Amino acid sequence: MSDQNGKLKKMMIILSKATLDNVYAAFVLANGARMEGIDAEMFFTFFGLEAVHKERLEHLHVATVGNPAMHMPTMIGGLPGMEAFATRMMKKEMEQLDMPEVLEFLDILKASGVKLWACKLAMDMFHFKQDDLYEDLDGVLTVGDFYQRSSGEGVQMLFI
Amino acid sequence: MIHLIPGNLFQLNLHTRKNKKAMSERIIAGAPVNVNEEGFMTDFRQWNQTIGTELAREADLTLSPRHWQVIEYLQTEYRNEVPLSIRKIGKSGVVDIKEFYQLFPNAPLKTAAKIAGIPKPASCI
Repeated sequence: MSDQNGKLKKMMIILSKATLDNVYAAFVLANGARMEGIDAEMFFTFFGLEAVHKERLEHLHVATVGNPAMHMPTMIGGLPGMEAFATRMMKKEMEQLDMPEVLEFLDILKASGVKLWACKLAMDMFHFKQDDLYEDLDGVLTVGDFYQRSSGEGVQMLFI
Repeated sequence: MIHLIPGNLFQLNLHTRKNKKAMSERIIAGAPVNVNEEGFMTDFRQWNQTIGTELAREADLTLSPRHWQVIEYLQTEYRNEVPLSIRKIGKSGVVDIKEFYQLFPNAPLKTAAKIAGIPKPASCI
């Protein structure tokens, strides 16, 4: 270890999923880093792009199927309306914990100095244009660009 | 001998816990002040502006009137037993989040709370 003494300086957080629980986990980690004086950057790739898609970010859901921690039989979880119901319950709980909605959370991250990047490949794949995305996004990067930004000491990378 | 190890570990644990709760007295700006192991004051009644200025100096900050407005806001919230979070700061009408980070660049909520003489906020948001 160098003169850094292993001190964490920057978190690079990759979000590849758009279920509400994953999105919030990534946002809380990025915000938490800034609150501790640690820099943070986020890279939205594949389905994670939905979390910064202007229209879709308002309609993110929790997944009720394929998630054993929901403690719900898969067949029940797959019934119409179940995801909406579970999402409503989760949002209610989160509001009580003073958790902001996705858009407000993005504003908080941005104001806190978190850099927000969209993945170029995923944008091409989903046919998204930058106009479709959250307006304060810092830009669109290739994976190589993101690695470039991750160089230096005390940088950790997290894939969600 | 082996059966002694868990006991030793337990003792070690107790010791660490005791240390965590340890409070100490230190002199800040000429006055004795109770602080915890992270340097947060444990008795808000001991706080005054001179102590706040000194705690800010230790955090490499010179307090402007804007800093003081934020500190007074945090203290009012503390007196009203409102838990602090970055979201609430943004909605306070006193300061927005961007300016809050500019005023207290390194770990803003923690730093501002320390200077204000109130406990470290326990919020994750």
